[in-house]
Amino acid sequence: MSHDNMTIHLRVWRQSGPNAKGNFEQYTLDTVNPHMSFLEMLDVLNERLTKEGQVPVEFDHDCREGICGSCGVVINGTAHGPQQRTASCQLHMRHYKDGDAITIEPWRAKAFPIVRDLVVDRTAFDRIQEAGGYVSVKTGSAPDAHAVPIGKEVADEAFDYAACIGCGACVAACPNASASLFTAAKISQLALLPQGQPERKRRVVAMVDQMKVEGFGDCSNHGECEAVCPKGISIAGIAKMRREYFKAILTGK
Amino acid sequence: MSKFDARIPAGPISEKWTRFKQNMKLVNPANKRKHTIIVVGTGLAGAAAAASLAELGYNVKAFCIQDSARRAHSIAAQGGINAAKNYAGDGDSIYRLFYDTVKGGDYRAREANVYRLAETSVDIIDQCVAQGVPFAREYGGLLDNRSFGGAQLSRTFYARGQTGQQLLLGAYGALNKTINAGQVQMYARHEILDVVVIDGKARGIICRNLVTGEYERHSGSAVLLCTGGYGNVFYLSTNAKNSNVTAAWKAYKKGALFGNPCFTQIHPTCIPVSGDYQSKLTLMSESLRNDGRVWVPKKKEDCQKHPNQISEEDRDYFLERRYPSFGNLVPRDVASRNAKYVCDEGRGVGETGLAVYLDFADSIKRLGKHTIEERYGNLFEMYERITGENPYEVPMRIYPAVHYTMGGLWVDYSLMTTVPGLFALGEANFSDHGANRLGASALMQGLADGYFVAPYTVTDYIASNPLETINESHPAFDEAEKESSERIQKLLNIKGKKTVLEYHRELGKIMWDQVGMSRNKVGLEQAIKDIQALREDFWKNVYVPGEANTMNKSLEFANRVADFLELGELMARDALYREESCGGHFREEYQTEDGEALRNDEDYAYVSMWEYKGDHVEPDLHKESLVFENVKLTQRSYK
Ligand SMILES: Cc1cc2nc3c(=O)[nH]c(=O)nc-3n(C[C@H](O)[C@H](O)[C@H](O)COP(=O)(O)OP(=O)(O)OC[C@H]3O[C@@H](n4cnc5c(N)ncnc54)[C@H](O)[C@@H]3O)c2cc1C
Ligand code: FES
Repeated sequence: MSHDNMTIHLRVWRQSGPNAKGNFEQYTLDTVNPHMSFLEMLDVLNERLTKEGQVPVEFDHDCREGICGSCGVVINGTAHGPQQRTASCQLHMRHYKDGDAITIEPWRAKAFPIVRDLVVDRTAFDRIQEAGGYVSVKTGSAPDAHAVPIGKEVADEAFDYAACIGCGACVAACPNASASLFTAAKISQLALLPQGQPERKRRVVAMVDQMKVEGFGDCSNHGECEAVCPKGISIAGIAKMRREYFKAILTGK
Repeated sequence: MSKFDARIPAGPISEKWTRFKQNMKLVNPANKRKHTIIVVGTGLAGAAAAASLAELGYNVKAFCIQDSARRAHSIAAQGGINAAKNYAGDGDSIYRLFYDTVKGGDYRAREANVYRLAETSVDIIDQCVAQGVPFAREYGGLLDNRSFGGAQLSRTFYARGQTGQQLLLGAYGALNKTINAGQVQMYARHEILDVVVIDGKARGIICRNLVTGEYERHSGSAVLLCTGGYGNVFYLSTNAKNSNVTAAWKAYKKGALFGNPCFTQIHPTCIPVSGDYQSKLTLMSESLRNDGRVWVPKKKEDCQKHPNQISEEDRDYFLERRYPSFGNLVPRDVASRNAKYVCDEGRGVGETGLAVYLDFADSIKRLGKHTIEERYGNLFEMYERITGENPYEVPMRIYPAVHYTMGGLWVDYSLMTTVPGLFALGEANFSDHGANRLGASALMQGLADGYFVAPYTVTDYIASNPLETINESHPAFDEAEKESSERIQKLLNIKGKKTVLEYHRELGKIMWDQVGMSRNKVGLEQAIKDIQALREDFWKNVYVPGEANTMNKSLEFANRVADFLELGELMARDALYREESCGGHFREEYQTEDGEALRNDEDYAYVSMWEYKGDHVEPDLHKESLVFENVKLTQRSYK
């Protein structure tokens, strides 16, 4: 393991507000330790900017372990950077070498307006979930958990879809800025489980319609979303969502 | 004796909660809509409470710091959630879960609350399954259970290594349903800066819109703080970066007593610190201790050797050696302290010498790689991503890290603080875990508080009190907003030389060295002085960049660190006054001959309750005596 600090040349998107004009700023860091995480490298940058009396770069982050979905930047053109199944916060600098240049940009999509620098507004995702991404069960009214057995394979497949962290990388990577993978993940999870059945049709129609209202584009099967998804959500979910949607429309919700 | 009453219902312990529900006052359905309830925080406790109260018909406003309710810190919980379902048929019961929790907490928790927690635990699993939470299942279709640190029963439900995520997404779904129905108004990217108290009752909040910097006022009939724990006072912890104490601290200053602030949990299985740029620590779920064996070399000279080259007889499986009956599954505090001891002896491994091995070689041999991968695949992946090492081939290196705070706002049986109308739920209260929390019990408590306790107790409060509508132009709001905005401006105006991060790191070091895994009188007294000096310096010399009227995370952090700089002192003071060792609180002066914690039930079987008296005045200590009628106090022994 090498401990030699690296020099990294950064190009970072700076934009002071939603309506301001943005631009790239260049910064060079010469004390980047290979064991640092990508966000720790941005911390180092921000400490320096602060010390120099400049305004630090805003970026969203919280858990720093790839589960909350807060972080997310486009790194050298790829959402969440070069490592597969890795959120920006889990990327480590050992994947770069001395002298590398890194361009960092926010998610870019009409439905995700920029708030400041690398921070975007992803509330459209919440509104899609609000439209129907749940089972309507009132607190305290649930039957015993063992009342309905669910086969392990089904539970596991439902889990694979439920693992979505809602980061928005799928939208950022999609040439159409479609939110299909995100929306399909919840629809597929609940369509697989017995608990999701009563509202199955209503759910898919409401969520897909909301997705359109929010200004996300259509899916044209590029598959970029699956490639950048830090949780490896399968694009098979999108096909499932389509089937669910047409079935619901044809048979009436 | 304390003038504060925990208001525990009379009767045998197994009937108290039923009696409470039978005797509580009710609010007429038509009136519920007239009451606004403010829920601060959308973790398990907050999301569950907001959704459940909205379903009952109240008008709910929910707030969180993150850009979405779904991102609350609860999302990161890995290992599982306990419930006394006895699905494993191994003799579990509500009483046993209650007993284990009281014992695990080293007899510093309130019996009645813990019993209710165990009672409601079974409903939680039903609720979550009905929401579509994809818990792990057996091939037959039933729910799978596992045993978790300190428990000899399999009562832990889990969803791969992402249990917190799945439970929170379930609660987030419930929240979304009520938002969609117009019953909850959600305010994401909003930070509560103060609680507004009018005529002695909590009647609202002041918050700051984190996008625009604007201050907002919200009034209501009750305020629920579900704001999580304060482990970030140590700077490095497993908590999410935004976890903080601000709302609870402001509540303390408005008259809510702070309970057991020094009770901190240091989790034994975290990835060790790798350098001074380290921004947070990553937990490796303690479920790993079910199949991993903890060891260090017997000889110091072996410490820098490759672990696979150290022969079996040169390894010291120190937990198995010292605790033959619990072995690697001793409670967290015991496992952490023992790791510290072997490292203090110079037998720690890794570059810093501050790590021990967690080895899966035997389990892989016994169960096969596939089974281990199924159980811990994502944790192994996470480890490899961070360290660049493959734990299927090389033992993991782990070290203890701050993880959870058992202390928090003192609450009565109704989860109400000493300020009427101000409730605290989840990790933000002190209530159920005593001096040490058992694994998989925080998720249980957060959801119990949110789904099954607060909806009843808040209703009882509202029905029992005349709560006329309060106008947000009330002078108390003016005053609270003025104070909050002046403080924000003050932080920006100092324009000193040191960054917020530098202060936070220094505070963290004081806390870790003197108020961490092992504490003593001299160190604690020094810590109090050091923190006071650091705080004074902060307010003279901090530099906060940017402006107040834009998104400015440096400013947000500065405001939180300012509160940590006060809280740290209270934690040290609490640790100083508690002249015994119990659970996670280890006072070097009070230990048995073989180095185990020595409790003093005669003098310290109480909850410390600290009352704020002013910025430059020592707080008053009140005590809630703990009465144990249903468990016999024993010295914990995991030998
Ligand atoms: C890595 C990790 C793993 C864990 N694993 C387990 C496990 O396996 N089993 C288990 O039982 N427990 C586990 N725990 C503990 C458990 O996750 C937490 O104790 C629990 O989730 C806390 O939930 P909460 O609802 O009380 O608060 P949190 O989830 O911390 O939520 C706090 C909420 O309050 C909001 N908030 C805070 N301050 C303010 C403010 N001033 N204004 C507005 N909003 C505010 C935040 O935005 C957030 O929404 C784990 C903890 C960690 C760190
Ligand atoms: S910060 Fe939570 S996923 Fe990256």
